[in-house]
Amino acid sequence: MRSPAQNGGRRLTRRGLLGGAASLAGAAAGGSVKADSLLDVPPRGPGAPLSATSERSRYVHQARIPESTPGMRPVDPSVAINSKAPIDKLVGSITPTDLHYERSHSGVPDIDPAQHRLLVHGMVKQQLVFSMDDLRAMPTLSRVAFLECTGNGWENWKTASPDVTVQNTHGLISTNEWTGVPLSYVIDVIGVDPRSTWMLAEGGDGSAVARSIPLTDEIIAEGILAYGQNGEPLRPAHGFPLRLFLPGFEGNLNIKWLRRLKFGDRPFMTRWETARYTQLQADGHARQFQLRQDVNSVITSPSGMMQIRPGYNRITGLAWSGHGRIDRVEISTDGAKTWREAQLAGPVLPKAQTRFQADWVWDGKPTKIVSRSTDDKKQVQPDRAAFIARTGTNALFHYNAQQTWAIDQDGKVRNVLQ
Amino acid sequence: MSFNSTLAFGIAALLCCSDSATAAEFGRQATAEEIKAWNIDVAPDGTGLPDGHGDVARGRQVFEDNCSACHGAKGEGGIADRLAGGRGSLTTDHPVKTVGSFWPYATTLFDYVRRAMPYPAPQTLSDDDTYAVVAYILNLNDIVPADAVLDRSSLPRVKMPNRDGFVPDREFSVITNSRQHQGRKP
Repeated sequence: MRSPAQNGGRRLTRRGLLGGAASLAGAAAGGSVKADSLLDVPPRGPGAPLSATSERSRYVHQARIPESTPGMRPVDPSVAINSKAPIDKLVGSITPTDLHYERSHSGVPDIDPAQHRLLVHGMVKQQLVFSMDDLRAMPTLSRVAFLECTGNGWENWKTASPDVTVQNTHGLISTNEWTGVPLSYVIDVIGVDPRSTWMLAEGGDGSAVARSIPLTDEIIAEGILAYGQNGEPLRPAHGFPLRLFLPGFEGNLNIKWLRRLKFGDRPFMTRWETARYTQLQADGHARQFQLRQDVNSVITSPSGMMQIRPGYNRITGLAWSGHGRIDRVEISTDGAKTWREAQLAGPVLPKAQTRFQADWVWDGKPTKIVSRSTDDKKQVQPDRAAFIARTGTNALFHYNAQQTWAIDQDGKVRNVLQ
Repeated sequence: MSFNSTLAFGIAALLCCSDSATAAEFGRQATAEEIKAWNIDVAPDGTGLPDGHGDVARGRQVFEDNCSACHGAKGEGGIADRLAGGRGSLTTDHPVKTVGSFWPYATTLFDYVRRAMPYPAPQTLSDDDTYAVVAYILNLNDIVPADAVLDRSSLPRVKMPNRDGFVPDREFSVITNSRQHQGRKP
């Protein structure tokens, strides 16, 4: 694997590196004074006492943004429908639990796990009720995987607001470690009728969100009845005490506050899989049960509303695919005319966000930067023109076209369609 | 636990598992009363619809009392979704997706109103009032006449204008898995 410096095609000077690092708005939290001499670095001294939980440094400022439908901002948190992760400020590939994007349909219920129950019924040998203690006594597994709202990217279906950040455009994705009972184990234990091909999963929230889950071998093998997230019980916003987790499949299928699984032999046709999460095509028909999150990527730095300077700039971003593992990411710094391969920073896990990076020396002329990803199933992230030609602009959900950032002569980075 | 259900458990355990654990080790049997209380989904063929009935006139009152504050007096929308109109808009640059222009099944409307509405107090409308408000919303969309009465037999027969407007994704249009072959002799 080539080093970033080799990727850039030239050896980098210390001066160039310092200038570049300072220009990346996401890398430094701002306001801190740079020590030009080691003699200026503040002296050591006794620190704060130990504590029950660790807080972020007071020099670090990152938070989600509550938002609503495309183009609506700012949004009063009381009427927001989602809350986007600050992917412009994150490093690596794991999302801190408290910054994992959030979407709910009737608020976050306050559930006492001692009173929580999971009913499994329908085409099963035994109609059973499980407590959380029952579920925690079952065999367990953990998996690092992304979760993505099907609305991620929906800002750019028709127009591109120039004044948005990558948090606005792509903040509805996160990657965590999820822990729980394998769905396959529960299916075996309760004796699901082999003729059952669909499972209704229903939440304990105020709108009782319910989705039909196709019982493919992949979903049976990879599904998790999750009670853990990044090593601790789920946070309430993410489904405490129990949620369904289906790696690679649209966020809404991953039912939070899970309290019912009903097995049947056809889809149940709930509101969310008919009226809501279906993709209206240009001819007026809607794609239904488009459940897999397609191959995707976005450059997170430099990205919307950042400012860069001529010279060295490190390009970094995130790629992911609901089909499997990211095979490669290419970047273009000349508006998709020429492409070169970015370095995958690792770990590169199936159905998880993968960090990529590349060196770039900006000559100070206006240009556009773009990324495109390819997964191990040979799915290639489409350019916007091809994507829109195939889908139209009314689908609202499952937007995975390449994201272009335009850079003007002053180094300002702006969202554009392509 | 009765002798019969204990026996059933044993048979289930013998039949089902590659693993050593059995259902008997986890959970308990759900009672018929519990399943009835929680089994709230309604299928397009009407399975799951309760007894009871409701008409458009009663539905108008239910709507004014519980729905119009968010959805508008005539379902024209407000802080919550527009419910009426929009027919013919799905191929335009500004599609208006409502119950009348987009929803494929009238049964889904009953299911959704019953499970999720009214937003501040879901699952508080009576079954009669749920049928009534569904009739009213369908009438706002000129799908049922003003004198319509809906119940478990008539609701599934309501043909929605956009019933044929959906195309299942190829990957999930026919579901197969290796479990379907379990128990069959090779």
